[in-house]
Amino acid sequence: MELILKIIRFEFSNAFRSKWIIIYSVFFFLTSFLLLNFGSDNGRAILSLMNVVLIVIPLVSIIFGTIYVYNSKDYVEMVLCQPIDRRSLFIGLYLGNSIPLAAGFLFGTLLGFIINGYPDLSLDTLALLLAVGTALTFIFTSIAFLIGIKFTDKSRGLGFAILIWLLLSVAYDGIILFVIYYFRDYPIENVILSISLLNPIDLGRIMFMINFDISALMGYTGALFNKFFGSSLGFIVSFSLLIIWFLIPTFIGLKFFNRKDF
Amino acid sequence: MIRVKELEKSFGSFEVLKNISFDIHPGKITAIVGPNGSGKTTIIKSILGLVKPDNGEILIDDKSILSEYLYRKNIGYMPQSASFPENITVREVIKMICDLRNSKIETDPKLINYLNLSPEMNKQIKNLSGGNKQKVSALISLMFNPSIIILDEPTAGLDPVSSNNLKEIIIEEKQKGKTIILTSHIMSEIEELADNIIFLIDGKIKFDGSVLSLLTYKGESKLEKAIANMMSEKSAWN
Repeated sequence: MELILKIIRFEFSNAFRSKWIIIYSVFFFLTSFLLLNFGSDNGRAILSLMNVVLIVIPLVSIIFGTIYVYNSKDYVEMVLCQPIDRRSLFIGLYLGNSIPLAAGFLFGTLLGFIINGYPDLSLDTLALLLAVGTALTFIFTSIAFLIGIKFTDKSRGLGFAILIWLLLSVAYDGIILFVIYYFRDYPIENVILSISLLNPIDLGRIMFMINFDISALMGYTGALFNKFFGSSLGFIVSFSLLIIWFLIPTFIGLKFFNRKDF
Repeated sequence: MIRVKELEKSFGSFEVLKNISFDIHPGKITAIVGPNGSGKTTIIKSILGLVKPDNGEILIDDKSILSEYLYRKNIGYMPQSASFPENITVREVIKMICDLRNSKIETDPKLINYLNLSPEMNKQIKNLSGGNKQKVSALISLMFNPSIIILDEPTAGLDPVSSNNLKEIIIEEKQKGKTIILTSHIMSEIEELADNIIFLIDGKIKFDGSVLSLLTYKGESKLEKAIANMMSEKSAWN
């Protein structure tokens, strides 16, 4: 544990020295500030902010994380020549990379809210927005670490990272639409619900929309989603799935890291 | 003593180490020699735990080191090309490694002077020349007074004065009874420093013994000729 904290501390000082985290935080500050300041309706502003979060956080986390793994190869080699176990190093690197990213998002977004003079919004909605953004940061950083460790070739790894992002944030919705259209004559709501649960970005989007009470616009499917996600079972299932989305890539990444040749 | 038993390692379909066994004795300098790609660095990295062997065993003082890490407290390693985070200073690198090792920062001023590193201590790694990075690497490998010192082409990229100073330090460390492993392509350097030699070709040991016994075995007076003689049985250095 002491070793993990030492590595995290070093990674923090490294991350805050790099201008990327500051630029990332300023981006979320400007987005939340401008959307709330210039939008006439706070509800629509936060919905727009959620859309930005759902696109930008997975993309930045997966690209930043993958590049980080490749760029820190020398550093990892140097540290592994010291009496340090690989597990502590992996956890330290992972948390040292994901915590500053999550902190940059939280700080920038909250600052936008505060400077706007705490606009009239339910705290639940704000908390959910921040929680979804933070969860996506940790999930996509763990996927990035898995890719960076598995693929030795940097260009292949980065290509695969972009492909995963495209698949989960763009193509997945297309697949769902295709299923809905193709099987429109069948009662497929439960299937759609299950498919949606398997994508962390969709999970975040649906949880937010249900909380925002616009599910009524989605007809019967919306009602079903509302019934499921609005229930305590739905909350537990969604929350557990987000944790599984974080745990599986992290454990596989750690397994590969333990076996990797440097 | 370091004992390597039936070590095998492949990278994809390329077999780098083919069932090799040897011992490295304390108080001696053992040189691992061979053409590029013969498996020298893979052996060193296997001892350090950076490379995971497919088969075989590595024992240090009769204890298996595979899947262990604390034994590295007693190893100082100077890699072929120094690898440090680029945007921190030499002093910060040293502080970080001391911190990771739970060790007090005690850089030997004599060592720093010998390596002529004093003017570089507050410079960022990215602003150092290749040779100065090598010197930082040498400093780190020696500063914790390890009982095993592994030097992968230590004088490559060093100016003649620093190279000579480093060789003197290596001999001093040997006289203290340390186990030293060295790789180099400079035969005169190996002749000057090494007691024992392990000669590798295509991942197999071609010779394992003292430098003197190699010279006798090949009937040569110079190591370079003896090695060239063995090499002629195989293709030239890549």
